[in-house]
Amino acid sequence: MNRAPSIVVDKLMKRFDTFTAVKQVSFQIHAGEIFGLLGPNGSGKSTIIRMLCGLLTPSSGSATVVGFDIARHAEEVREHIGYMSQKFSLYNDLTALENLQFFAGLFGVKGSALDERIAWALKMAGLAGSERLLTGELSGGWKQRLALGSAVLHRPQVLFLDEPTAGVDPLSRGHFWELIHQMSREGVTILVTTHYMDEAEYCNRLALINQGLIVAMGTPTEIKHLAIKGTLWLVECNPLGRALAVVKQAPGVIDASVFGAALHVSVDASRQPLTELPTFLASHEVRVDRIELISPSLEDAFVSLTGDRTFSDESAQ
Amino acid sequence: MSDEIVAISGLTKRFAGVVAVDSLSFTARKGEILGLVGPDGAGKTTTLRILAGILPADTGSALVAGQDVLREPEAVKSRISYMPQQFGLYEDLTVTENIRFYADIFEVTRTVRQQREAQLLEASGMSRFRDRLAGQLSGGMKRKLGIACALIHTPQLLLLDEPTTGVDPVSRRELWSILYSLVFEGVTVLVSTAYLDEAERCHRLLLMHQGSRLFFGTPTDLKSKLPGGALSIISSNPQALQMATAGEQGVLRVTAMGDELHVVVDDPDRRLDQLRERFDSTGISFGDMRRIPASVEDVFVYVVSNQQTQQAREQ
Repeated sequence: MNRAPSIVVDKLMKRFDTFTAVKQVSFQIHAGEIFGLLGPNGSGKSTIIRMLCGLLTPSSGSATVVGFDIARHAEEVREHIGYMSQKFSLYNDLTALENLQFFAGLFGVKGSALDERIAWALKMAGLAGSERLLTGELSGGWKQRLALGSAVLHRPQVLFLDEPTAGVDPLSRGHFWELIHQMSREGVTILVTTHYMDEAEYCNRLALINQGLIVAMGTPTEIKHLAIKGTLWLVECNPLGRALAVVKQAPGVIDASVFGAALHVSVDASRQPLTELPTFLASHEVRVDRIELISPSLEDAFVSLTGDRTFSDESAQ
Repeated sequence: MSDEIVAISGLTKRFAGVVAVDSLSFTARKGEILGLVGPDGAGKTTTLRILAGILPADTGSALVAGQDVLREPEAVKSRISYMPQQFGLYEDLTVTENIRFYADIFEVTRTVRQQREAQLLEASGMSRFRDRLAGQLSGGMKRKLGIACALIHTPQLLLLDEPTTGVDPVSRRELWSILYSLVFEGVTVLVSTAYLDEAERCHRLLLMHQGSRLFFGTPTDLKSKLPGGALSIISSNPQALQMATAGEQGVLRVTAMGDELHVVVDDPDRRLDQLRERFDSTGISFGDMRRIPASVEDVFVYVVSNQQTQQAREQ
């Protein structure tokens, strides 16, 4: 993998009137890397993307995309990037082919490259032979691959994906990410913004963003281990309601929540929940049927790193 | 069983030649969360709308608390509450004004309303925002307000259509904890979701695909459908590992994630050793490698692929 940075973001900041949407954010993305910006609604993800696309001017700080300064060379930046969102990019009342022709025109793809790129996009999307179908009649998976094809007709070096697979069935989603991995192998840099954990899992590296600040950065595995204080346990017990009400008073318990027919309990790493929890719960007339150590998920990490601040975010609006 | 609140049998609904729901049967018990799980277009919304008494079915039967929804939709409406994906909140009314509006529609008396309103605001963590305009709430807060409005008349059955779509994980967890507290009060919840990982939070699941039932039972039963299990291999280059793994004996499915390879295999312990030897002999580097529980998504993909193979064989 080529290790030269393709996107360099240095103390980027954006203020709207009195509200600071992005507060001095810095990160670098290597060529061919799949990098995820993961954060709740209103965390500043879209503002960062819009600045990197040259659509918004930063209040301070700087950033380059494939070597071009986003503030001074916004035009050049736009020539080298592609943008795809699951929701907005296609015209439903045009055929698949017409959509591709429209985007090719928009990106200035001409001559022999035009036919070649459209044929390539149809093949990639699995739509060769079905190019006259109306886009609105295509299934989610097809539409999504068509949107991807439209976004990369002009062979951009950097591709922005905004929640690209939300709501698509798992089979199509797997296929989509294989295409993305293939582009990344060919050197395309991919920046994904999402709050869906299943999309974040496909990224090589992630930056967790909350209230305009990066709160954690690393591989998905690194972030899972960074975020969870103590150890996480699955506790199957009966009755569940009473267990939830009392378990937070048990020795070393940091947090507990219901998960289906069981509890997820995080416990201080120095404690012995295997013996302590059943004893404690038994003293409150709760029977423990099963207790086992589980791995934290990316969602556990996300909630742990951003959860405390969500309410202050609400009241600040 | 007498504690069955919902009984659906042979339900079918066509729209202009497309079968949206295809001879669907399932039940839901008092005080359980039943998840309608499947991708977009699986028929989840159609099923909920039929149960809510706002869409007629073509054939089949649907009973809610013993009453026939298809013949007498009005009779069940006092017992149920339906929250569609686009719930009708008035953006220029405050949080409490919205709740009061729904209380009036459902003819809730003033004393009951006051008590219920305080309880619902408290449970959803919205007491502090009671005077805020609904239009100024975040997406997650709007969903919580929607649920509070839907619960003001204390229904026996709550139908929620994708309440967590587009909601960030923190709000998503809060919504689920509200649902669990309802279940402790004996309310039955039917909730649809396109997120397969949410399936594990339900007591029972109805897994849907293209209008049909793929599976109905507990998450644990669902996982026993998958022969074998899953392996996780941490790697800085999962794509290279994927190529080395794909053709190996006993490997059913390989997915390259960001820094991890997810492998579904027929015999986890045996294939773990086999893959380790294979990587060692070809000099591919890899990190932590271990057996992990299969996910609902693994099972979903397995069941759907099996079905497709079978259909192809029959044709």
